[in-house]
Amino acid sequence: MRAQFVLSEIGVGLRRNLTMTFAVIVSVALSLALFGGALLMREQVSVMKDFWYDKVNVTIYLCNKNDAAAGGTCDKGAVTAQQKKEIEADLKKLDNIVEKVHHETADEAYKHYKEQYGDTAIASIITPDQMQESYRVKLKDPEKYKVVATAFAGRAGVHSVQDQRQTLENLFQMMRGMNVAALCVMALMLVIALMLIVNTVRVSAFSRRRETGIMRLVGASSFYIQMPFIMEAAVAGLLGGAVACVMLLVGRYFMIDAGLNLAQSMPLVNFIGWDAVITVLPLVVVIGLLMPSLAAAIALRKYLKV
Amino acid sequence: MIRFDNVSKTYPKQNRPALRDVSLEIEKGEFVFLVGSSGSGKSTFLRLVLREERASHGTVHVLGKDLARLSNWKVPHMRRQLGTVFQDFRLLPNKTVAQNVAFAQEVIGKPRGEIRKAVPQVLDLVGLGGKEDRMPGELSGGEQQRVAIARAFVNRPMLLIADEPTGNLDPQTSVGIMKLLDRINRTGTTVIMATHDQNIVDQMRKRVIELEKGRLVRDQARGVYGYQH
Repeated sequence: MRAQFVLSEIGVGLRRNLTMTFAVIVSVALSLALFGGALLMREQVSVMKDFWYDKVNVTIYLCNKNDAAAGGTCDKGAVTAQQKKEIEADLKKLDNIVEKVHHETADEAYKHYKEQYGDTAIASIITPDQMQESYRVKLKDPEKYKVVATAFAGRAGVHSVQDQRQTLENLFQMMRGMNVAALCVMALMLVIALMLIVNTVRVSAFSRRRETGIMRLVGASSFYIQMPFIMEAAVAGLLGGAVACVMLLVGRYFMIDAGLNLAQSMPLVNFIGWDAVITVLPLVVVIGLLMPSLAAAIALRKYLKV
Repeated sequence: MIRFDNVSKTYPKQNRPALRDVSLEIEKGEFVFLVGSSGSGKSTFLRLVLREERASHGTVHVLGKDLARLSNWKVPHMRRQLGTVFQDFRLLPNKTVAQNVAFAQEVIGKPRGEIRKAVPQVLDLVGLGGKEDRMPGELSGGEQQRVAIARAFVNRPMLLIADEPTGNLDPQTSVGIMKLLDRINRTGTTVIMATHDQNIVDQMRKRVIELEKGRLVRDQARGVYGYQH
């Protein structure tokens, strides 16, 4: 089999159906970009989980003197030294689930706040005595949050008990939701891409029925007759995969490093690196190559008699 | 070369078989006319030989192989030993004469050097020497059929199947084509030709197989078109 002859046949075929080829490339590119994006999003969630779950605590916020007006458990004003001692003692008793307790004073809280928000307008008007004293409780098993909550919530001198994991969980939930949405759109695009490929094959099999008929008569193998069609789909798919790769790279750049610039506006979030993007690319290319080829091969069984 | 044993063929969704209980044998080197009115089963007969269709009953042997037992992927190899020519020529309009002939060799993966040698040779044989670079549209019907014959013959098939090769040609041109087929037959290639052309059959005095409504009604050595006992 001569490569030059085959290649020229493929080129002719692709040019003959230029608009169709273009449509196939675009739809393959979009579906693969969404697929890669979904993979990266999942990677992002797991990176964030690893990073944050280690650091999150159950926080027991204590009453501040300003909370008195708000009533509730804080109606007596700021937490007393006696109340703090009781809380500490009770936390000690829970040592089967509590791993570590860190007492964050109002001054420390102020310092952390300053670190996080820097010289923003809000940071400059806040004073240390407005900050809440708190116990940062690290649990051996994060699932045991409820035990701590029932033990301390509603106690005099305790403002509230907050599971930070819960807030993160909401964020992750949202990201997983976006992930599912991306996968749904991907599935839809994939169906469109496959239908386009099937239709392209049908049209080009029809427009080349003379050639293929003669090929059949002179004894060309079915592989030889079908290969130009499959190669056409593969070339279109490969181009689509390449476009998808570019979209992923550019997408990461504009989301994280420039444009939206999430790296700067969300400094606490640990973003996936280029390496994560690059690991996804080969998968995208391989799928871009195989999926259209397979679709073409299946379409040929129906539309090309060999 | 070809043996039909009690072959019947019924197409799906049709009650009347296109071919019923046909048994015959064609030897190597024979020249056979296949005659009969339209719908008599000539085309079905040829399609069975080419294994474009499979027999519903009975067995078809071509080149010593039982076509029913020939797996699909071996069919192309079998067809390489068969040449085919049709009434409508079936040339590629956007390729030159030489390219059309070379196409038959390219698609079965013949090396380029061999193609370059074989194509002018066979074009000379069919009387088209010097017209290698013409497009099919520039040629007369007879010349186009010669290109088709060159393409069918360039791989030196054991068997040449011609389905009404003179159907679109005037009598004068047809005689030329028949002389060419006769010459090819003399090289040892078996020729089966389906035709409606009475003059040709009567002149050539070759074996005649007549089909009528799918049945074999006559098999006569050195026969003529119509009945003659």
